[in-house]
Amino acid sequence: MKKPQKKNEFLYFAFRNKKLVAGLVVILFFLALATAGPLFVRNDPFAYVNPQGAQPPSAKYWLGTTFFGQDVFAQFVLGLRATFIVGIVGGGLGTLIGILIGFTAGYRGGMVDELLNMFTNIVLVIPTMAVLLIVAAYLQVRSLLTECLFIGFTSWPWAARAIRAQTFSLRTRDFVDLARMSGRNSFKIIFTEIAPNMMSYLVMTFILQFGGAILVAATLDFIGLGPTNTVSLGLIMQYAVMWGALLLGSWWWFIPPGLGITAIVGALYVMNVGLDEVFNPKLREM
Amino acid sequence: MRRYLGRKVLIYGLTFFLAVTIDWLIPRFMPGDPIANMLARVSVNSTAAQVMHDYYSHVFGLDLPFWQQYLNFWSSLLHGDLGKSVYLFPKPVVQVIMDAVPYDIFLLLPSILLSWYAGNHFGAFAARSKWLDNIVSPIGYILTATPYMWLGILLSWFFGIVLGKFPIAGAYSFDVRPTLSWAFIGNVLHHWFLPFASLFLVSFGGWAIGMRNMIIYELEADYSRYLTALGAPRSLIRKYAFRNGILPQITGLALQLGVIVAGALVTEVVFSYPGIGYLLLNAIQNQDYFLIQGCFLFIIIGVLLANLAIDIIYVVVDPRTRRGMAGESA
Repeated sequence: MKKPQKKNEFLYFAFRNKKLVAGLVVILFFLALATAGPLFVRNDPFAYVNPQGAQPPSAKYWLGTTFFGQDVFAQFVLGLRATFIVGIVGGGLGTLIGILIGFTAGYRGGMVDELLNMFTNIVLVIPTMAVLLIVAAYLQVRSLLTECLFIGFTSWPWAARAIRAQTFSLRTRDFVDLARMSGRNSFKIIFTEIAPNMMSYLVMTFILQFGGAILVAATLDFIGLGPTNTVSLGLIMQYAVMWGALLLGSWWWFIPPGLGITAIVGALYVMNVGLDEVFNPKLREM
Repeated sequence: MRRYLGRKVLIYGLTFFLAVTIDWLIPRFMPGDPIANMLARVSVNSTAAQVMHDYYSHVFGLDLPFWQQYLNFWSSLLHGDLGKSVYLFPKPVVQVIMDAVPYDIFLLLPSILLSWYAGNHFGAFAARSKWLDNIVSPIGYILTATPYMWLGILLSWFFGIVLGKFPIAGAYSFDVRPTLSWAFIGNVLHHWFLPFASLFLVSFGGWAIGMRNMIIYELEADYSRYLTALGAPRSLIRKYAFRNGILPQITGLALQLGVIVAGALVTEVVFSYPGIGYLLLNAIQNQDYFLIQGCFLFIIIGVLLANLAIDIIYVVVDPRTRRGMAGESA
């Protein structure tokens, strides 16, 4: 075996990891579909283009048409776009809040830690979906961004808890003590000494938050509390169920959106396992 | 042990307090006016609407100072009064919810407990067995990535429509009357099976994967290596690994409850199963705000009680918590 150079060690192991590569391929495929797909769509996703109503996939309508004659493919690619936005923005926000609270609690310790920890535990116990439901129900007009904010602000607790525990174990190490003695401020110590040492952990937290945000968004959309001005994969499923796609056997209407979500979230989880193996030499199967 | 449970109860108390406050706060400080929305549904001229608006503001006590409204909210809550449902008027919200709760318990309790039990045992079984692991892991990851409603839709379409083996809506057929007969019980179980199966399957995947990872971790631990070195039988080592691995899974169950409940809500919507989820959908579509608030509180109370139950079980299962040895990780 050729000895990998230090600089490219990460990439060397990353590309040899089948799980990571497979997950990445699936994600990139859907990401490409979400970015480029709408360019190939001639039909407005809401327009009633097919006067025949529900029809199975054909050359003209790649994923068939809905009960109302809307182009499912047009809705699907636009919904994918919304899914990625929710994952990246909502999941990103959740990770960011988790990082801020986790680092502060873990590094400061003492009273600050007690209070933040209690706050985290409270938010952790509340079924966030119930809170989202009641907030969303009272907002008459909701945008995709509002949904991202909702999800970000409610999904951070487990991340904060995990990051806090990691920070706790790092903060008494010698190199952190040295940095403290050299008189650097806490903010700098956290971001130059502690954060780089748990970078892999933070990346994996983001990936899990990404997948989690997508699933939460799907649930909200499905009960009709998603964005009011755009298509989402959950909304397509809601319409399909509401307008009897099951009874009519219009499988092309409800299978693609769910399959898209499952594939993306599943790929993220598998990628996460792969990354774990890349970062953690003990887990490598070689 | 007293310290451990005391801490937990304090957290739950605070959570409940916060939840009630949110429940009170949101309708009052959100953009939009619930009473105006309610009145918009009946078309009356603007002077009449103004009179009605004032009347309802008074009836709901919205013209009082905020602190008074807040105290009133608590007092009526403690008297078990959550207002009247708008869309099932004049049924009180508490009664509407109480009618739905048995279905939720009937659906959730078996699916949560069975999926947890089966998932743990399957995951432990699959760990460190190459070929089983290659089957269980991918299935587990796919299941746990599946949105609850989509699995519900698929099951109901395939078993309900394509094969026609199971009913796809309601808790029992319209043509049978609720009596305590075998025919009725069979009918109820027949309707219950698909929603149960879809909830069971999604959770099952997560537990199986969690336990598999846990067992692999435990089998690498020093005590397992020591036992191996002593020549202890494999089954004994795995038994100890399982007992250690089950602890994080119990904590995990508490943390997952919110997600499972959300999953149950959408599953009920798919199968038109008359639990809280289905009720909530109707409440949202009819803008029945009292009912939405009531459902919110019931979900919170349910999750808090379940958390407490899990904590008590944890104390029984893990002797360290009884001696005050477990840190705050537990």
